[in-house]
Amino acid sequence: MSFLSRYIFSTNHKTIGIQYFVLALTAALLGTALSVLMRLHLTYPEAKIRLFEILWPNAAAGGVMTPELYLSLMTMHGTIMVFFVLTTVPQGGFGNFFLPLQIGAEDMAFPRINMLSFWATALAFLVLCSAFVVEGGAPLAGWTAYPPLSAVGSIAGPGMGKGMTLWVVSIALFCAASLMGAINFITTILEMRTRGMSLFRMPLTCWAWLVTALISLFAFAVLFAAGILLLLDREAGTSFFLPAGLVINDRILDRKGGSPLLWQHLFWFFGHPEVYIAILPGMGVVSTVLSVFSRKPVFGYRAMVWAMLAIGFLGFLVWGHHMFISGMSPYSSLAFSVLTLAIGVPSAVKTFNWLGTILGGRLHLETAMLWALAFVSVFVTGGLSGIALGQPALDMYFHDTYFVVGHFHIIMGVAAVFSILAGTFYWWPKMTGRMLSETLGRVHFYVTFLGVYAVFIPMHFAGIVGNPRRYSDFGQFEFLKDVQGLHKFITHAAFLTAAVQLLFIFNLIWSLYRGKKAGDNPWNATTLEWLPPSHQPHIVVRGAYDYSVPGARRDFLMQNESNGQ
Amino acid sequence: MTRNETTWEGGGSPFAIGAKPLGMWLFVVSDALTFSTMLMVYTYSRLANPHWPAPFAFSPSIVQATVMTFVLLSSSLTMVWAVDAMKRDDRRKTVQYLSATMFLGIVFIVIHMREWVHLINDEHITLTANPWNQPLFGATFFGLTGLHMAHVTIGVVYLGIVALGTRMGKFKTDHVETSGLYWHFVDLVWMFIFPMVYLMSVKR
Repeated sequence: MSFLSRYIFSTNHKTIGIQYFVLALTAALLGTALSVLMRLHLTYPEAKIRLFEILWPNAAAGGVMTPELYLSLMTMHGTIMVFFVLTTVPQGGFGNFFLPLQIGAEDMAFPRINMLSFWATALAFLVLCSAFVVEGGAPLAGWTAYPPLSAVGSIAGPGMGKGMTLWVVSIALFCAASLMGAINFITTILEMRTRGMSLFRMPLTCWAWLVTALISLFAFAVLFAAGILLLLDREAGTSFFLPAGLVINDRILDRKGGSPLLWQHLFWFFGHPEVYIAILPGMGVVSTVLSVFSRKPVFGYRAMVWAMLAIGFLGFLVWGHHMFISGMSPYSSLAFSVLTLAIGVPSAVKTFNWLGTILGGRLHLETAMLWALAFVSVFVTGGLSGIALGQPALDMYFHDTYFVVGHFHIIMGVAAVFSILAGTFYWWPKMTGRMLSETLGRVHFYVTFLGVYAVFIPMHFAGIVGNPRRYSDFGQFEFLKDVQGLHKFITHAAFLTAAVQLLFIFNLIWSLYRGKKAGDNPWNATTLEWLPPSHQPHIVVRGAYDYSVPGARRDFLMQNESNGQ
Repeated sequence: MTRNETTWEGGGSPFAIGAKPLGMWLFVVSDALTFSTMLMVYTYSRLANPHWPAPFAFSPSIVQATVMTFVLLSSSLTMVWAVDAMKRDDRRKTVQYLSATMFLGIVFIVIHMREWVHLINDEHITLTANPWNQPLFGATFFGLTGLHMAHVTIGVVYLGIVALGTRMGKFKTDHVETSGLYWHFVDLVWMFIFPMVYLMSVKR
């Protein structure tokens, strides 16, 4: 096998999993760097910062960011993080690597489509990043790309010309890649399970990947169509999202008949399920890690499965809660609100089952377990502010404030990243044959865990004061004078949290060379990926979480193991 | 072990179909969502704009669209025969029926293109403008029918590849059946477009 077919255009699920992982790690570093630059500008809006001038000689001439540059960084930060990190690692990275191993399949059902979907994702990332260097720079429209400004071209500002077009193309490519991935995952899970691996014997990670793939299949198909329509509005002169009588930058547009609200409906029909695409695989990982490191079966395995299915289903019925202030009928708001709060039920089922899993267990507080516990913590914290935002009356006030920023960073960003880190510490021995350093891991964990709370909890307070989001400078507002100190604190906490991530990167690289060699099954786990490589298919005889089975010869029984007394 | 258990056990295929047809079913599901989005956008635009035009005369527009519907329905029948012949391992017949399906697909595209040219040149309906100053009429019409026509075109090429592979003995029943699923889906989409786009826009 040549280098090219082995490492670059490989159809092997493990290689593709690693490729996704590396791509997303690159994206995560870039996205984090952008957020650090944004915080720097927000806290010191007047300061002349040499770094800005080096990076953007025009948009940050003299070392001060223009508001447009700030918005473009925000747009790219959001897009990169949501699509190329939160959607990519848990499903594309871990899913590709471990799904076939966990269900005892040789590979994914369609290996070539798998390769294609990775390379389409990588291309989408390149197209998106190229928006930085084209004329006008990166788009300003945020990751939600609301029209009319996203649909009219460069008259809406620098970056809304070529940069915005590249954004739409990138997202359309990403949709196509995700659809291919989703088809592959569902087919693999339904068709490729080894003997005895009934659906209800699958590890919860596999269930999570299945539900996530189902959501992707529906959601990305809609975003794909919406993206094409936005592209037509931009490039072919149609007016799907443009009403009559628009005046932008002193120019009257000659479009008519369309509605910017239509985009909001289509976008959020994708956008809300996207939240679950990001977090469900993490829920699967966390369920498994909590069980392994508590040496207890997952509490309420079937309830966990049904809760995930319920979350996936309800997730499609709540998109309107992003649009409470759009002028939508209050009756629709009420319906969307009730359905939104209904998601609290399966979410609570999961949370209580996680607590039930660790209750009375023999807890091994390895780094992977710490991340899983931290996931439960931030999931509850972020979920509670979600209940506030799900009320139309409260959302009228909180909408477009830092309260929302704090909320979705904790529930979507931080929770999903914590589950990714739990998965990384848990599976790294399988992926590389080496253990990550526990000492470095713990330092990284504690600083990050306290750091993210220090960053995002104060944002809720700023939001309650009425601090709007997406502003590049709060200096002019008398009523925001008092929160400047808060923002300074957030920025410093963010710098510390971002800096300590370098420790994690160092840990990854260090372990490749110096890490302790891992055996086949370093955590004494039960699922099939921890069996030594074999050319014989495994025959599964039991469920995925048989820990501390009474009367068994040791405290775990692998899925292919009969009760060896 | 009950029958239910064996069905859901690993190794068996849950709906007694192979990986390829299942993959195509899933593609069809997601593609149906894409078309639904387009139909929803069309309906939304139509309701949001008063004085939406109804320009299609019974002849030639509706007659033509009816013929196109008939052609596409017939192509589904020949597709069924192709899958059936393949199941009986009659490769010669399979290729013949696949060719007939492709032919009907091409007839559909030709009639459709002629209609497009007529609308653009004679009725002055384009993607962005039309005589009634309702730009979204053209945008939704060409958007929907264009997306569908792209699917038919891809389908014709796809069936060509399947016919070739069948003739050369490389492809199995699964391949033909999978292409059949795609073709029937594209046909089914037209069954929504025909009433929603054509019949609801008959000139009164």
